[in-house]
Order: sequence, then structure tokens, then C-alpha cells
Amino acid sequence: MTRNLRTAFFSALLVIAVAVPVFGLKLTTVGIRIEVQGAEADTFWIIAACAVAMFVWQLFRTRLAAGWAASPSLPSVPAGAGNFLTLPSTQRYIIIALILVALVWPFYGSRGAVDIATLILIYVMLGLGLNIVVGLAGLLDLGYVGFYAVGAYTYALLSHYYGFGFWLSLPIAGAMAALFGFVLGFPVLRLRGDYLAIVTLGFGEIIRLLLRNMTELTGGPNGISGIDKPTLFGLSFDRRAAEGMQTFHEFFGVAYNSINKVIFLYLIALLLVLLTLFVINRLLRMPIGRAWEALREDEIACRALGMNPTVIKLSAFTIGATFAGFAGSFFAARQGLVSPESFTFIESAIILAIVVLGGMGSQLGVILAAIVMILLPELMREFSEYRMLMFGALMVLMMIWRPQGLLPMQRPHMELKQ
Amino acid sequence: MSRPILEVRGLTMRFGGLLAVNGVELAVRDKQVVSMIGPNGAGKTTVFNCLTGFYQPTSGEILLDGEAIQGLPGHKIARKGVVRTFQNVRLFKDMTTVENLLVAQHRHLDTGLLSGLLKTRAFRKSERAAMDFAAHWLEQVNLTEVANRPAGTLAYGQQRRLEIARCMMTRPRILMLDEPAAGLNPKETEDLKALIGVLRDTHGVTVLLIEHDMKLVMSISDHIYVINQGCPLANGTPEQVRDNPDVIKAYLGEA
Repeated sequence: MTRNLRTAFFSALLVIAVAVPVFGLKLTTVGIRIEVQGAEADTFWIIAACAVAMFVWQLFRTRLAAGWAASPSLPSVPAGAGNFLTLPSTQRYIIIALILVALVWPFYGSRGAVDIATLILIYVMLGLGLNIVVGLAGLLDLGYVGFYAVGAYTYALLSHYYGFGFWLSLPIAGAMAALFGFVLGFPVLRLRGDYLAIVTLGFGEIIRLLLRNMTELTGGPNGISGIDKPTLFGLSFDRRAAEGMQTFHEFFGVAYNSINKVIFLYLIALLLVLLTLFVINRLLRMPIGRAWEALREDEIACRALGMNPTVIKLSAFTIGATFAGFAGSFFAARQGLVSPESFTFIESAIILAIVVLGGMGSQLGVILAAIVMILLPELMREFSEYRMLMFGALMVLMMIWRPQGLLPMQRPHMELKQ
Repeated sequence: MSRPILEVRGLTMRFGGLLAVNGVELAVRDKQVVSMIGPNGAGKTTVFNCLTGFYQPTSGEILLDGEAIQGLPGHKIARKGVVRTFQNVRLFKDMTTVENLLVAQHRHLDTGLLSGLLKTRAFRKSERAAMDFAAHWLEQVNLTEVANRPAGTLAYGQQRRLEIARCMMTRPRILMLDEPAAGLNPKETEDLKALIGVLRDTHGVTVLLIEHDMKLVMSISDHIYVINQGCPLANGTPEQVRDNPDVIKAYLGEA
């Protein structure tokens, strides 16, 4: 009991020691000087109350914990259900249901809702792409946003300087990102684990700084604006068509409605996500998918079996980068403007958070995590100052309750038919 | 006598001040079982690591069919048909037994990106052939019942057999086994002996063996090399080695 008392006393003291300087002292500018003033009496009362609360909590913590354990626990998820949810076949049905919802969504949702859904789809694509590198091949890549930037700037530059359309630029952007992935991956992939993470982080920043400083080509910090929106077989979604073009509403004889453009962009994003899902699903069942997993488990055994680790890692890096390139060029088309500020490290962190939150290697998990990570900040705009705090809290809670991610997936196994 | 398929001349491996392997010579003839024995720490595994490209030997020559292979990276040597197992089993534990065998065939499969994405006829044929080959070897090493279980859940003896089957997936010419009988019970050791015999006689594989189980070594080897403290001590047929006074001294100590 004395030990408890002592711990409780020091904990309460710690609360006062931390809270009084932080909340109790205010800096105010008086003329050109800064003065320290005491806060209002209320603040001190609150701090005192917190200290007392901490004292009581520390004193009775063990007894409270015992009482908590004895009380009937909340109905937990039965073990069978957990297993059922992680089966590839179940997840496939959930994904199909989600796709159906996604298909009808734009025709019932509001304009703002469709816009946010488009943003979510971009992050789903990025998450799925990074999932190949991190979740399947086990290479921690913190510079993934660099390839996103390469894709976006490829379309922006092609559109700005050569007047290329979106559909022509899309594969070029993917190829450029793949090329960057290949070239950067070559020296980087000799490294492992933490070292790889640090170097990829550096490469991501290098790409952003290059874009920022090559002012003549990329417009520097101002970026490139006036990028063409995608067209439907040459039909533009603007109110008035450019020279020699036709608009969608004129061609079909419907009244001009600006929401058509938003819905069209949404559908393109959905198409790209479906393509990504298809490709990744096939990759999982191909020799290269198996090789990624084998490499993640034991690189030395792979080498002893005649597999070249560098080539296998490089393929994961390149394919992952390709999807970032696609996502980037779509992003540029949607915004109509790209600037280096869209591709800061925090973007990489968000994409990585989506992958980890969703459950490494799981496609359904990535989709759900992207919805959570993008929708939450949008819904809680009033609390936007605390966004990073919320992300941090979310990560800590995840680590405690579901370290394997929201919905981890059991990999589809090849079966020997007896 | 068949021709030597693998020749090692003056192999030396130095780690800083430690001379782990000093002037080891080997001549491994085709379709034979050749064993390397010696007390713990004699440098047998280091020789293996040099032969399979996991270490770069300090000096010496390694000739595979007359072609120098020393200093090549591990996966290139494996592709030339020199494949090894490990002293501590190195399976892909989360993958199933049959998947372990499929991964090992990676190099022989249709790995084209497009053919796999589109599931072309050639791709499906290549996958089916891989599955059949894997099934055949599972039968050979008696693991068919556990084909769809994660490899990490197999019994130790089964894991050892799976590792050998996985090597056979790469269609090797020389199979190097690093203490394959370690931790096996007498019955399993007997099975292993039969399996090695089958590998040599039916599949024409040359086997290079590191082993401490003298009964196994003496009964199966065509030729034995003895290494002590990194240096070659003796070599010859099992009978010659058994009666060699130097070997007896190295194993039992000075009388």
C-alpha cells in the first residue's frame, strides 16, 4: 500500500510539474516585449483536479483492474468469425459488394460526396500499389510519394508542353514511374530493413526537391496549372469546348451540368482501381508473387535455389511504382494543377499508414483503411488542427488491439489436388 | 571411374586473422556420394559456403566441369546446378509444403508478366507441369499427405526431407547436404540413406555430404575427405579412412 501511495503521490506531482508551465503560464506581447503572465484561476483549479484524479487513479488502479476483469466482458468476436473474415474467398465477396456500391454511388451521392469518394479511390490505388512493395515483398519504402509525383508531373509536362491528352499520357506516366522505380531501385535494393527505409525516404525527398528547383521546366514551387481534364472519346466535359472539340452535353443533347464532370472523374478513378485490383489478384497467383513471399521469408534460401534476389525485389519495386504513376497522372488530371507541395513526406506516411492499418498484404483491408484515413479528416474538419494527433492516437490504438491490421488476409494458397 | 565433375584446388578462406580453411583439395566424381567429415569447427561448412558462392574464397580454384566458378554470386552457382541444403533447415515456413516446391522451380516457369496476367495457355501449361513435378517429388519423399500444410508445422524429419525435395526441384547436378541426418531418429536416418541412394542411382545426382553420423557416412560414401582444423587430413575409400591412424588421432585424441 505504501508503494502505491508513493507512486500515486509522484504521479500527481508529475501532472502538476508538466501542466503548470504548459497551461498555467501565458506568453503575451506587450509592445515589443514578451511577458510571462499567470493564467486564470480556473486553469489552476482544473490542473489541481487532474492531479487529484491522477492520485486517486494510481492509488486504486490495481483494484479497479481486478474489478474490470471480474465484470462480465463485452461480447467479443467469436474466433470462427475472425477466421471467416480473413479467408480470401470471403474477402473477394466483400470486395465485389463494395464495387457494386461504388458503381451506383455517384448517381445518388451529392457532388461533395462523389468528390471525396474520388479522393478515396486515389488513395486506394496508392495503398494497393505500396502494398505490393511493403506487404507482399516486405520492402519498407518511405519514398513512395516520389513515384506518385513522377506520374503527376509526367502528365502535367506532357499536357503543358506538347498538349498530350490524359488517355495517351496515362500509360506514359505509368512507364515513367516504373522507369524511376527501376533506376532508383537498382542501387537501393542492396540495402535491407531500416537502411532501405532511410534511403527510400531520401529518394522521395530528392524527387520533390528536384521538381521544386528545376524552375524553368516544372515551374518551381508554383507548379504547373491548366492541365487538361480527361475526355470521353474526345468529348470534353467543360461548358464550352476548345477549338475543334465537342462537349459531352452538346453531343448527347442534355443540359450542361457541372456534376457530370465530377462523376466522370470518379468513374475513371474507379476503373483504375478495378484494374489495379485485377492485376494484384493475378500477381498473387503467379510465380513472381510466390517469389516475393519466399524472398520475404528467407533470402538466403532463395539464393541457394538459384533465384536472383535483386531482380525479384526490383520487380516488386517497379510494379508498385507503376501504380503510383497511374494514380499520379489521374491526380494531376483531377486537380488541373500540380505543385511540389502535394508530394511531401506526409503523403508517403499516410499511404504507409493505410497499408499498415488495413493489414499488410490485404486488399480489402487497404480499401477500408483508405476510406477511414481519408473520410475521418473530411468529416472532422473542425478538428483539423488535431489531425496528426488523431492519426497518432489511431496508430497507438491499432498497435494495442489489432497489430495485424484491420482485416489481414490469409494468402490464397496453391493446393495440391489429392 | 567416371570423370570428376567438381574439382577444388588449394581452397583457402581467411576471416581476418582466422584461417578457417587452408588448402583444401576435392575431386568429386560424377554420380558418386562423396562425404566430408571432421571434428566440429574443422571448416566443413565454410568449404560448403565457398563452393556455393555464399563466401568469396580468399584463394584457390573451384572448377565445375572444368569451368572456374569461384567468386560467382550464389544464385548463379545454383543455376549451374550446384544446390545445397542448410545445417539449420531453411524452409519458407508460412508457405505450404507444395508451394515450397513451386517456388524452387521459379527459374523453370513461365514468369512473363503478360502471360501470367492474361492466363495464357502456355502459362497454365507451365503451372500445371510445375504442380505435377512437385507432386511427383512429394510422393518420392513421402510427404503427399502434408502437401497443403504450412511447412513450418511439419515434423522435423519431414522438414529435412522437404528441403531435399525442394533442392531437387531445381534439377541439380550436384546436391550438397549439410548434416542432413542431424536430429533424425534411427528409422529416419535409414530412410535418408535410402533416399540418397535413389538420388545417386536413379536420378544421376552427385551428392556431396557433410555428416557426423559415421554409420551413415561409412555405409553410403564412395569417397571420403577428412578435414581437421581447416586442413585436409586424409582421403580415400571408407575402409582406407577408417584405418588411417591420423584420422583416429584427430577424432579420439593422442593415445
